[in-house]
Amino acid sequence: MRYAMAIDTKKCVGCADCVVACQIENDVPHGYCRDWITEKTVGTYPKLEMEIRSERCNHCENAPCVRCCPTGASYIAEGGVVLVEAAKCIGCGACIESCPYDARYSHPEGHVDKCTFCIHRVREGKQPACVAVCPTKCMYFGDLDDPSSEISKQLRTRKFKVLSPEAGTKPHVYYLI
Amino acid sequence: MQSRRDFIRISALGIGGITLGSRTIPGLFGKSLFDNPVVSEMKRYPTYCEVCFWKCAAWSHVDAEGRIQKIIGHDDDPHCNGRLCPRGTGGLGMYEDPDRLMTPLIRVEEDGKQTFRKASWDEALDLVAKRLQELSATYGPESIALFNHGSAGHHFSHLLKAMGSVNASAPSYAQCRGPREVGFKLTFGQVMGSPEPLDIRDTKCLVLIGSHLGENMHNGQVQEMADMIDKGGDIITVDPRYSIAAGKSKYWLPIKPATDIALLLAWINVLIEEKLYDVDFVQKNTIGFDQLAHHVRQMTPEWAYGITTIKPDLIRKTARLMAAASPAAIIHPGRHVTWYGDDTQRSRAIAILNALLGNWGRRGGFYFPEKVKVPDFPHPPYPKPKWGWREILDGKYPFAALSIANTFLDATIDEESPYAIHGWIVAGTNLPYTIPDVGRFEEAAQKAKFIVVVDTMPMEITGYADVILPECTYLERYDELRTSPHREPYIALRMPAAEPLGETKPAWWMTKELGKRLGLEDYFQYADFTEVLEWQLEQLGSSLDEMKKLGIKKFPRKSGPLYQPDNEVPWFNTPSGKVELYSAQLKEAGFDPIPNYTAHPTPPEGFYRLNYGRAPMHTFSRTSNNPYLADLMDENFVWVHPKVASKWSLENGQEVWLKNQDGIVSDLPIKVRITERIRWDSVYMVHGFGHVTKKLTQAYGKGVSDTQMITNVMDDPIMGGTGMRGNFVTFIKEQIS
Ligand code: SF4
Ligand code: SF4
Repeated sequence: MRYAMAIDTKKCVGCADCVVACQIENDVPHGYCRDWITEKTVGTYPKLEMEIRSERCNHCENAPCVRCCPTGASYIAEGGVVLVEAAKCIGCGACIESCPYDARYSHPEGHVDKCTFCIHRVREGKQPACVAVCPTKCMYFGDLDDPSSEISKQLRTRKFKVLSPEAGTKPHVYYLI
Repeated sequence: MQSRRDFIRISALGIGGITLGSRTIPGLFGKSLFDNPVVSEMKRYPTYCEVCFWKCAAWSHVDAEGRIQKIIGHDDDPHCNGRLCPRGTGGLGMYEDPDRLMTPLIRVEEDGKQTFRKASWDEALDLVAKRLQELSATYGPESIALFNHGSAGHHFSHLLKAMGSVNASAPSYAQCRGPREVGFKLTFGQVMGSPEPLDIRDTKCLVLIGSHLGENMHNGQVQEMADMIDKGGDIITVDPRYSIAAGKSKYWLPIKPATDIALLLAWINVLIEEKLYDVDFVQKNTIGFDQLAHHVRQMTPEWAYGITTIKPDLIRKTARLMAAASPAAIIHPGRHVTWYGDDTQRSRAIAILNALLGNWGRRGGFYFPEKVKVPDFPHPPYPKPKWGWREILDGKYPFAALSIANTFLDATIDEESPYAIHGWIVAGTNLPYTIPDVGRFEEAAQKAKFIVVVDTMPMEITGYADVILPECTYLERYDELRTSPHREPYIALRMPAAEPLGETKPAWWMTKELGKRLGLEDYFQYADFTEVLEWQLEQLGSSLDEMKKLGIKKFPRKSGPLYQPDNEVPWFNTPSGKVELYSAQLKEAGFDPIPNYTAHPTPPEGFYRLNYGRAPMHTFSRTSNNPYLADLMDENFVWVHPKVASKWSLENGQEVWLKNQDGIVSDLPIKVRITERIRWDSVYMVHGFGHVTKKLTQAYGKGVSDTQMITNVMDDPIMGGTGMRGNFVTFIKEQIS
């Protein structure tokens, strides 16, 4: 089992529903977020192109944050999901420094926090909160090892990319382009 | 001059101070997260969202301690298909907002200074009833007006009518979608309504002209736009700004602002000259085609190029694209269409273009909507008022089908008029951030002899009130059943998920209590609103118990099929019974029977046209203080083109004040956003920021209110819409003290 997410940049409108749904589902304190939106426009008026992305932890296969965590609080759980065990985390911030995606933040309660792919929901057979709420249905979550999963189909039929491939992290969040 | 009504920046009295328990799921960050049992313990109660007018049906999820944990869209509701928009998801913030109004407040004078003091409900309601009765006795009940938006308006307009006034007004007409409704009514005999009957999910070509769908988060419509993208449909966007939708379009037409009618006429020209229109539909169902063809003969793409700056080739290509997709092609009628004062005519041009594509009653075009008629709970007939909003219009705006909110301000200022307004009930609308020309609003508010404001939040409008009645949020109350036109008729129930916080109360209770004090108890023959719902639901063959379980209920269509059957000739509710490409009605009233392009002023040297719009996470000024939504966006920026920025030596994030053509300087500074996404002759900002009330602790002092900068209002002579896009602003880099 390899959990992954694919996000269709052609459909995403940047509404940030995924951000607020995550904040409420995971009780992320006000002023912090586990996912966020980037909008990039290139060119000069009127020859422009835009890409909108909903970003979060990439749940990298080769996760620098896990490698550098001195206490083992950051670890890779089932399906390749990268998690932080708050009780073990001493809040040293090494993982925050090492993440090329800036996906982690220091929670005011003293530990580091980030996207969990809503593994607590996934274990109940539900979709992550962001995926379940997205009005444009532009996010796909599932098992890459299952060729019949929607995400496998999307990655077979669509062009896609990952963020900062040069970092060698092997991300599990894909962007359909 | 001594001001009758000092604007009171509400003090800490009676507001704020709620602390809700944390919503933290116990052990969320510890190991027990993974066997988290809490979710299954939650109870859910049906509601429909009140954060915008789309009214998506949803479930409020409540934990074992009775705390509302989250709001999730109702899977079976066609408005949202189980997915709320960010505002609906963050609707929880309306309930949790620590700045909420918590008790009734009464304006008093202390040491020569006006302030609010806490009052009991009895005291506040007695005072409101007494003042309304006095005004009614002196000037007639017609002199009392209601400004409303949202569900509270329904209850208060019932009270108003029972008192004998029909002067209720929602700014959503003259300040927003009125011209479109009139334009479509004149052409097709039918208004668009809400949600608009657009078959976007099955369209092959969606044309957005000045509509930034995706940024205006009309949920079901945005969802259908995404569906059509999935199916490979094409979008054409006409906008001087590179909107989100423009970024998803096959063609983006970066039009020179205020020239849209020229483009529409040129498109019509191409469809006719190249015989690309639906000949069969036009022959059978329209009148005035020959006049139309003659009218647009000279309005070629070359002609339009000089006006719109859109290349002739692109005009032709896009016209051919929509024709090739027709009848599965839609020129979106738009929603906020009060731009330049000729908006009904522009809406007519849009309607005519749609007619030429033959998309009426066709899959991928306009479907035939249907809604459930919910019977009125029995009450005595309303008294007949001696005059109403039409008299206030005094023959102006002959095609206005609803009252024109801003004319109520004029009628308040003109105290001597036989049709003067003296008392205001304001429910759920923040007038100085809604109706343009804030100076006129201020003057009217000073002249009003009594103002009662009903709201959940200490919005700016509450600072003008004599009495403030704190409403509980939609998550804490019953309301009328939602019934809105859609592909299939549905009703939706809103019921409370929690007890109202503080002393807040639902509007149905306030109006019933006021009715009692005004001797109108016959109009409110129920102890609790559930009796009304129970009675209505029984008439509809359902029950409150059933609806509590279902949330929404679908009814079979009675009006016929969703699309036009091939073997039937459609009938249109116009004087001719046909689609009126040429409008004799308009001609008779002295207006152009076929739309014409008229040039509008362009910005003077050093000024830029002020364009404004929506962000997906906010609804007007009402959500800017919502803690979840403010997290996503807590201020607006003024967008400027890099050329403009360099001319003014502006930097990203720099604060500037704006000054408009009439010398109005913004109360607050706004940060600059330098972007290629805006034309060099315009600036852009998101509507609804720039709050000056300190009690909106999240939103206070952030950004600029576009409404403040809109002092040039171009009335639509046909129906009274207030054109707001003829305002020009320049930058002030240092505040003038
Ligand atoms: S909810 Fe969906 S459409 Fe909205 S920003 Fe997130 S991914 Fe994009
Ligand atoms: S579109 Fe969003 S804000 Fe409007 S009713 Fe639906 S969920 Fe609520």
